[in-house]
Amino acid sequence: MDHITFLVAVVIVTALAFDFTNGFHDTANAMATSIATGALPPRTAVLISGVLNVVGAFLSTEVARTISGGIVDDTLVSPGMIFAGLIGAILWNLLTWLVGLPSSSSHALFGGLIGAVWVGAGSHGVNFGKVVEKVLVPAVASPVVAGVAALLATYLAYRLTDRARKDSVTQGFRIGQVASASLVSLAHGTNDAQKTMGVITLTLISAGALGHDAGPPLWVIVSAGLAIGLGTYLGGWRIIRTMGKGLTEIQSPQGFAAETASTTVILTSAHLGFALSTTQVASGSILGAGLGRRLAEVRWGVAGRMAVAWVITLPAAALVGGLAAAVVQHGGDPGTAVVALVGAALATGIVVVSRRNPVHAHNVNDAHGVSIRTEPPAKVGAAA
Amino acid sequence: MHLDWNALGQVAAVSLGATVAVVVVFALGVLGLARPEDTRAQHALGLTQATLCFLACAAVVAYGIYLIVPQFH
Repeated sequence: MDHITFLVAVVIVTALAFDFTNGFHDTANAMATSIATGALPPRTAVLISGVLNVVGAFLSTEVARTISGGIVDDTLVSPGMIFAGLIGAILWNLLTWLVGLPSSSSHALFGGLIGAVWVGAGSHGVNFGKVVEKVLVPAVASPVVAGVAALLATYLAYRLTDRARKDSVTQGFRIGQVASASLVSLAHGTNDAQKTMGVITLTLISAGALGHDAGPPLWVIVSAGLAIGLGTYLGGWRIIRTMGKGLTEIQSPQGFAAETASTTVILTSAHLGFALSTTQVASGSILGAGLGRRLAEVRWGVAGRMAVAWVITLPAAALVGGLAAAVVQHGGDPGTAVVALVGAALATGIVVVSRRNPVHAHNVNDAHGVSIRTEPPAKVGAAA
Repeated sequence: MHLDWNALGQVAAVSLGATVAVVVVFALGVLGLARPEDTRAQHALGLTQATLCFLACAAVVAYGIYLIVPQFH
């Protein structure tokens, strides 16, 4: 194990930390509407989702061979840049969680890597054409498709069951929601856990600890699966509230329509090789389901803030990743340690601030807003 | 830069079609169990309708799991 240098060890720990934030950031995608409609008790929902994420992690044998799918030039990427990129992604994930905004963990990871590679290897290391093709186009198209599908499905579901007994209808769709939400969780586990496995595996390969074309060792699969599962189980309650209650008041037929739309968009895209963000798909579906029911109130202010978060996720994570990369590159191991400590301190700070107005399993459905009372103290730019 | 509009259109069409189909069939199943007027004959009919619809939905779920799990391919 003498191949495992200090830097490689730090990268592995950071990758697992990112995986963890990815899990709790994305619990909402699968479970927010089920929790909001009472189809599942909050604790049960996150438990099911966590377990299915772990199962999904073990099922995905085809671990990403590239870190970024060609968005950055993988041959130029050093473990230091991966580390810097991960720090950017983690801090952005935590900050958006603090304010209760669902944002894409994949975009945060891509953003962090783009910033780190840009600073570390120059702008030629970033493939901007691929950024448009793999990130921007799916980011615009997928929520629209999911939203339209959910809107139409919701409208038809209400038309069809218009004259039926309301309690049976509600109960029927609640049961349907459990199945559709579980599918989203499973799909999430197979997709997102393997991203972290890919990052760790490629780091080990670049450090010479694994041969070229080696698959992930068992401990990588186990730890990545557990990290995302544990994160999912702890649940990003702030984001769950925004998605389940903040955008619109969800009833069970809408929840079923939204989750079905998310599942089909995720599965058809994966089948045709599109990378997309589960978060954006799920938000689009919920918005569509809100519009599909007559008299349902859609809070456009919340939707607007979410859209802004989507737009700035990639550049913000890139900024932090770039700053961190600069310190790592010039500071060597001490620089890496400094970045890790500053990152950990900021993360702790964000968690402390969240305690002022905590959102948890017991109060997640009580309100539709997430407030922190005071200004968030975490200046992302200070991460390096 | 190369955009595969064809694949994008496919994703859109298949997603839209599948979502609407599943939700409509499921809604018909729910309707079978929740009709307001309820004579004995209608009840049996509703039950049959619900069973068929939910079986169809279960088949779609099974297909979804098949798509998710790479070992099945």
